[in-house]
Amino acid sequence: MDIVNFFLETGFWVAMVRMATPLIFGTLGELICERAGVLNLGIEGIMAAGCMGGWMWVFLGGSLWGGIGFAACVGMTLGLLHSVFSVYLGLSQHVTGLGITMLGSSLSAFVFRMLLPKATTPPKIVPFQSLDIPFLSGFPFLGEVLFSQTALTLLALAAVVGVAYVLYKTPLGLAICMVGENPMAVEAQGLSVFGLRTLAVCAGSAMMAVGGAFLTLSAFDAYYIGMVNGRGWICIALVVFSSWKPYKALWGCLLFAAFDALQMRVQQQAGMAIPYQFYLMLPYIFSIVALIVMSRKAAYPKALLIPFRKGER
Amino acid sequence: MRIEPRETQSIPGLIAALILAIGAAMAVCSVLILWGGASPVNGWILMVQGAMGSKFAITEILTRATPLIFTGLAAAVAFRAKLWNIGGEGQFYIGACMAVLLGTKGAWPAWVMIPYLFTAGALAGGLFLLIPTLLKTHLKVDEVVTTLLLNFVVLLFVNWLVFGPWKDPMSMGWPQSEPVIDSALLPVILSKTRLHLGFVLAVATAVLVWLFMERTVWGFEIRAAGANLKASRFAGMPVTSAIVRTAMISGGLAAMAGVSELLGVKGYLTTDLSAGFGYSGIVVAMLAALHPLGVVASALFVAAIYIGADSMSRAINISNYIADVTTAVSLLAVLVALFFTKYRIRRR
Repeated sequence: MDIVNFFLETGFWVAMVRMATPLIFGTLGELICERAGVLNLGIEGIMAAGCMGGWMWVFLGGSLWGGIGFAACVGMTLGLLHSVFSVYLGLSQHVTGLGITMLGSSLSAFVFRMLLPKATTPPKIVPFQSLDIPFLSGFPFLGEVLFSQTALTLLALAAVVGVAYVLYKTPLGLAICMVGENPMAVEAQGLSVFGLRTLAVCAGSAMMAVGGAFLTLSAFDAYYIGMVNGRGWICIALVVFSSWKPYKALWGCLLFAAFDALQMRVQQQAGMAIPYQFYLMLPYIFSIVALIVMSRKAAYPKALLIPFRKGER
Repeated sequence: MRIEPRETQSIPGLIAALILAIGAAMAVCSVLILWGGASPVNGWILMVQGAMGSKFAITEILTRATPLIFTGLAAAVAFRAKLWNIGGEGQFYIGACMAVLLGTKGAWPAWVMIPYLFTAGALAGGLFLLIPTLLKTHLKVDEVVTTLLLNFVVLLFVNWLVFGPWKDPMSMGWPQSEPVIDSALLPVILSKTRLHLGFVLAVATAVLVWLFMERTVWGFEIRAAGANLKASRFAGMPVTSAIVRTAMISGGLAAMAGVSELLGVKGYLTTDLSAGFGYSGIVVAMLAALHPLGVVASALFVAAIYIGADSMSRAINISNYIADVTTAVSLLAVLVALFFTKYRIRRR
């Protein structure tokens, strides 16, 4: 079978790691929010805002890293808005999250059209280049797969370690996890439930937005409306798949991206034997199947979706 | 600061809160108009003129509101039972697909065809929503994500249909299905406009849904399951079957939006048949505080924003995405407004 050949190609593995990058940022961001007990359905809109914001920063003359920083700030602002609604007011996290998604998506489309009203074909920028680290990139296979990526991909991998370290080894991380399990206990310790949740949602939203910015500043060089295209929703499925654990999230994202990279290649290879729309459906169906498989073991953070009000039980 | 529940909720208070929320949305929109270099007052005048200025504009609002009433009802019924059906968009297309599958052949009269296509479409939409619902009730798979992901699957499926097996050979290469037979088309109820019978059906459906939710045991069970799942179960109510029933109704209503849009506006299937009606339906339902009759009013409001903002954006050269921004801001503002009708903030 030809399919075996795909796995032997280095290009396949390079593509897999590249395609996993936005998912890693998004999944980690959502994971942090959910660990603190807040479902962030704003992810799709926050990624769209990061996608457009980061690109526009660079297009208007800013630096690439400045674009990443700006995207993070945009994400943080939307995260703060989501916290006001879901943490402080305790509104339904499902509905406020969808509201944030609608706001983020429509506002980024609006701002793009307002700043570039005459752009018929999407204008381009010079995106992040692949690193080609002198010694490491020369390594056969692994060197190419890991070190010929752009800096953002390495940042995503570092973020996995960073998030795992913060969540498991620091007092702040333990408090964030605790606030998603038992906010009453956190309150009893004299810590602020609202403060911790807001911090987690803002930090998580910043990461999601960076994931969006990866699309326009590294994977592609232009922005077009609707380019996040459901990646945010897939991140939410991946969080459940990873049972809220950062390292498992990394494997989930890589597995998912492998699947995506494979479908693209099979699609080119097989010609039109099976219509391409069915290959494009596979990632979504795979997410649903993954949710079904993992749901048996799913240990949701116990306070997920439950708003906290002082003095109320 | 402390958030306390209010003892009483007054109807005038609720209306005042909703008006304030819409005012807040208008304020945000004004900032965007200012940024575009136009005067907000002029913008608002143009917007109202564009929406209400002519008989044609008003019928356009009613036409646009028709699918929104159906998808809004779909979201309202489901959310009442805390079944988070975000899949209205997918169910919309399932309904439209059924209308094409059964409506392109044969020669039955309209009074057979139209009820037949609506029933078949609604049944298909309801059964389709059963997949994520049964996954929720039996395997505890979160329905928010599954209904959302299924939207993408359905849209790709429709894409395949109109580019592949259902492509009309007479369409000059455009990706669209064959048109349904003439007697399946919903008649236009006001000549020289696009306003079709679907609007009347939508309003009638809203009244029926309202009576169902308020006056029947099934409706009560749906509301009770949403209000307090544990208590309902403890009281011996058939909670799971209530949720399954909710899914059939909600999916069916969203699919009816697709049937009505297909039979009333285009007559054939394309991938852009829905202008995001499944998603806007959620906004409509929330603006209506999940009340079936309120859905009619808020669908008209959302449709008016779209038609008005579209015409304004052309007149003063501002991106027409301003309509989407306004509805998103209205949604968030109304959520806050509804919160303050139930709670008050007290300084300590």
